[in-house]
Amino acid sequence: MTPEVAVAGETTDLRFRDPARARGLARALERLCAEIGRERVSVMHVCGSHEQAIAKFGLRTVLPRRLDVIMGPGCPVCVTDLPEVDEAIVLAEDGVVIATYGDMLRVPGTTRSLAEVQADGGRVEVVYSAAQAVELARDTTDQVVFFASGFETTAVATAAVILDGPPPNLSVLSAHKYIPPVMEIVAEMPGTRVEGYLAAGHAATITGWGIFERFVERHGIPVVVAGFEPLDILAGLVELVELIRDGKREVLNAYPRCVTRDGNRNAQAQLWRVFRATGGRWRGIAHVPNGNLRLRDEFAHVDARRRFAIDVRRLWTQAPPTLAQLCICGDIMAGIRSPKDCALFGRACVPESPVGACMVSSEGTCRIWHQYGGHPDLRSLSPHDSDRLP
Amino acid sequence: MCLGVPGRVIDVQGFTATVEFWGVRREIRLDVVDEPVAPGDYVLNHVGFAIRRIPEAEIAETLALYELLLREAEGDMMAADVRGEIEASSTGPVP
Ligand code: SF4
Repeated sequence: MTPEVAVAGETTDLRFRDPARARGLARALERLCAEIGRERVSVMHVCGSHEQAIAKFGLRTVLPRRLDVIMGPGCPVCVTDLPEVDEAIVLAEDGVVIATYGDMLRVPGTTRSLAEVQADGGRVEVVYSAAQAVELARDTTDQVVFFASGFETTAVATAAVILDGPPPNLSVLSAHKYIPPVMEIVAEMPGTRVEGYLAAGHAATITGWGIFERFVERHGIPVVVAGFEPLDILAGLVELVELIRDGKREVLNAYPRCVTRDGNRNAQAQLWRVFRATGGRWRGIAHVPNGNLRLRDEFAHVDARRRFAIDVRRLWTQAPPTLAQLCICGDIMAGIRSPKDCALFGRACVPESPVGACMVSSEGTCRIWHQYGGHPDLRSLSPHDSDRLP
Repeated sequence: MCLGVPGRVIDVQGFTATVEFWGVRREIRLDVVDEPVAPGDYVLNHVGFAIRRIPEAEIAETLALYELLLREAEGDMMAADVRGEIEASSTGPVP
């Protein structure tokens, strides 16, 4: 294995496995942006793992000053809407066992979170997989609801478990989301500047890069699929900025060692056999047509929304926490603002006591920026930076 | 959550495989992967399911990347996500 070597120069703590190549890619980006000649070039990625790698490895410090790499709605936990969390809370309050991924516990609902219900004696169990929810249901006669979050990559696992015939006391409350439609919504939002998308490699492992072709046709915005290794991200950015310079509307696959045009067809078949895409709200962003994955009628018997009469209105008689109203998570995920624009960032809102969902999840922009040094970008990241923090 | 984790297949029993992650053995489901998987193969796994068989030529590079991440302390976010992916293949809720 190649030892880690720090890239010399103005950057700090850059540990690339091939620093010479990293420097070459950074220079190529610099040259491309100069050729474009505009004051700002903005691209968006939609993957928590991309943001983790960008922040952790300090990639923004080697990017050209005029290139903005913005994280869009790439955190499934963060876009889970308040009423969806409320549904799980009502079920837990009514004595149902809720099994869910760890990050979902502290995501605020309208008035409180699942963690608070758990502290009050509600049975909320953390699982790392849908299969663990099945095991949990096998060990009890009580009703178990798997509160399932995640994008299509994760929804495939939920689908496989449902197709496998889960125990009769297990049902699924789906908060699964489908990424391609939200890319269309965000691209059209006023105030958002997306000149190109960097698509997430591992999601495309399953869906294939072909699904982005329709998007490119409709919106004229290029898409490049990239892995999450620092060099993969830089290489993907070079290809993306090149497409922008040449005015080309194309999908390129910069991650051919993992992603094919058609993806994993077996996984797609299972996904779409169990789920259908319906419209729904993504927290703080917008109503996204076809953005939510819901169980098909054929699987009504495992759908928690059909098994239980879930009435969340009783939660809405209590006043929502006042700080939550100041959260600008939605604007951050739409690429309009950055965590530095939030007056609560790092002060009233920290990972130990998060105000918004973006500070809860390890894929949330605020949480990632907080962990890797507050604001990992030492340059001014966006023209909206107001530096309200001292 | 979408980082996944690579592991080496030790044994295959129908739609389940025993997969080793840096010395830790876990059960992984094979319903989703779109290629036949045999002992000795490396697979990329996400939330307890193999999603891809890793081609021979890419195994070393893939492992090196994850080892770089796993060398980080417990509190590191990417390291924690990779460890979570390994835990996803054990059964039962998290203690
Ligand atoms: S720092 Fe907290 S309150 Fe501010 S936008 Fe992020 S999650 Fe919301």
